[in-house]
Amino acid sequence: MIAEAIASIARLVSGASVFYSTGPPDEHQRVYFANHTSHLDFVVLWSALPPAIRALTRPVAGRDYWEKGAVRRYLSENVFRAILIDRSPRAAGGDATLSVASARRTIDRLAIEMEDRYSIIVFPEGTRGSGEEISPFKSGLYHLSRVKPRLELLPVYLDNMNRILPKGEALPVPMLSRVIFGRPMELGEGENKRDFLERARAALAALRDS
Amino acid sequence: MSGQDPDLVRLVGGVLVLLVVASIAGALLSRRVRTEAARATVANLNARIRAWWVMVAVFALAVWTGGVGSIVLFALMSLLALREFVTLAPTRREDHRALLWSFFAVTPLQYLLIAIRWYGLFAIMIPVYAFVLVAVSNVIAGRTDRFLERTATIHWGLMVCVYCVSHAPALLILDIPGYRSNAKLLVFLVLVVQLSDVLQYVFGKVFGKHPIAPAISPNKTWEGFLGGVFTASAIGTALWWATPFTPAEALAMSIAITLAGFAGGLVMSAIKRDRGVKDYGALIAGHGGMLDRIDSLCFAAPVFFHLTRYFFTP
Repeated sequence: MIAEAIASIARLVSGASVFYSTGPPDEHQRVYFANHTSHLDFVVLWSALPPAIRALTRPVAGRDYWEKGAVRRYLSENVFRAILIDRSPRAAGGDATLSVASARRTIDRLAIEMEDRYSIIVFPEGTRGSGEEISPFKSGLYHLSRVKPRLELLPVYLDNMNRILPKGEALPVPMLSRVIFGRPMELGEGENKRDFLERARAALAALRDS
Repeated sequence: MSGQDPDLVRLVGGVLVLLVVASIAGALLSRRVRTEAARATVANLNARIRAWWVMVAVFALAVWTGGVGSIVLFALMSLLALREFVTLAPTRREDHRALLWSFFAVTPLQYLLIAIRWYGLFAIMIPVYAFVLVAVSNVIAGRTDRFLERTATIHWGLMVCVYCVSHAPALLILDIPGYRSNAKLLVFLVLVVQLSDVLQYVFGKVFGKHPIAPAISPNKTWEGFLGGVFTASAIGTALWWATPFTPAEALAMSIAITLAGFAGGLVMSAIKRDRGVKDYGALIAGHGGMLDRIDSLCFAAPVFFHLTRYFFTP
C-alpha cells in the first residue's frame, strides 16, 4: 500500500508520460539502465512500471544515501528492497573509481541478489549529471553481463527530471516529464568493454532524440 | 439544490441538452463516414464530445457548490496550465526557486485573494509583487545568460496561466446592483468562449477555405472565425436573461469575449509554434492539454471581467 501511494505521488509530481518501444515490460529478468540527473529518477522510473513488475524490480543504490535517516532506511529496506552498494567517499562525491577487488565483490553481490527473478534499476553514469549530456558509463553493466550471460538490458531515458528536481534542491517544481523505454539489448559475443559501453550509451542517447 | 438560482439551473440544463444533441450527432456521423480521413476526423470529434461531458460535469459541480468550488477548480486549472507552460519554456536550474514561488505561493495566494474578496490586492499582486519577486529571485540565483528570456517567460506564465485565468472566478465577487448569484456570469463567460471555439472548429471544418493566419495555425480560417464569432455571439445575446445585460449589451459583450478568445487562441498557437509542438499536453483526450483547452479563456476572462466591472458596478 505504501508502495502504491509512493508510486502515485511520484507520477503526480513528475507528470510523467510513459512511452514504450516494445510494449510494457513483463516479468522477464532484466536490467533497466537510465540517465541520472535527479533524486527523482529511480522512483519515477519505478512508478512507470506496471505494479506487478514493480514488486520484482529492485534499485541499486548507494548505501551512504539510503542509510541516512529512519525514513530512507525504511523505504529502501521494506518498500523498494534496494540493493545497497558501498561507494568510497570520493565515489559518492563524483568521479573516483572503486578498487578492482571491491568492484568485483559488488558485481558478484548484484548477481546473487538478482537470483533468477529480480530485475534491477541502475544508473551507469555513476552520479547525477547536469541533464545536458549523458556521461560515459561505468563498467558495471559490462561486468554484470559477463557474470550473467544473456542478461537483457533495457535503456530507459528520463526526460526533464533535472528541471523538476535539480541537484541541490529540496522541493520539486511539478513540471511534466517523459519516461521512454527503449528496445532490449545484450552484450554481444566477444564484444569488448569499450564498444559495449559506448553502444549502451548511444542506445540511451538515441531515446532522448526520439 | 433547491436553493439554486432557477436561471442557473436553466443554463446548465441547456448545456446538457446541447451535449446530448452533440453526442447523438456524433454517433450518427460515425455511421455515415466512409473515407479513412473522415473517419479519423469523426473519431476525434467524438473523443472531444466525450471529454466535454467530463469537463461540463466537473464545471457544473464546481459552480453548484458555490464560490469555493469554482475558485478551487480554476486554481487547479491554473496550476495545470502553468505546469504545461513552464515545461515548454526554456527555463533552467537557476530558475528553480522562482518557479517554486510561482507554483506554491503566488498561485494559491491569487485564488485566496478571491476567496477573501480582497479585490485591491487581487488586481495588482501578480503584476507588481510577483513581477518583482520573480526577477529578484532569478538575480539572486546569479546566472546571467538568457536572463531576460528566462525571467520574462516565468512572468508570462504567471500572467497567462494564473492572473488572466483567475479573472473568471473573480466574477463571483463583483457587486452588481440588482443582480444576484454571479455564478451565472461565470457560466455565461465560459459558455460563450467555449462555444465560439467549438463553432469556429465546426464552421472551419465544413466551410473553411481561406486561412486567416497560415504561418501560425493552418486550421484557423476566415470562414471558421466569422461563423464561430457570429453564432456564438448570437447565442450569447439569446442568453441575456441570465446576465445583468440588456440584449444589445449581451451582444456587445459576446463579441468582445469571442474576439479576445480568438486572439488568445492565436497567441497560444504562436507560442506552441515557437517551441515546436502541436499541443501543450495530452491531459484531455482529443483536446490536448489544459492550456490548449483554455487558451481563449485566458484572454477573454480579464477583458470580460473589466468590461463588466467598469460598466456595471458602481
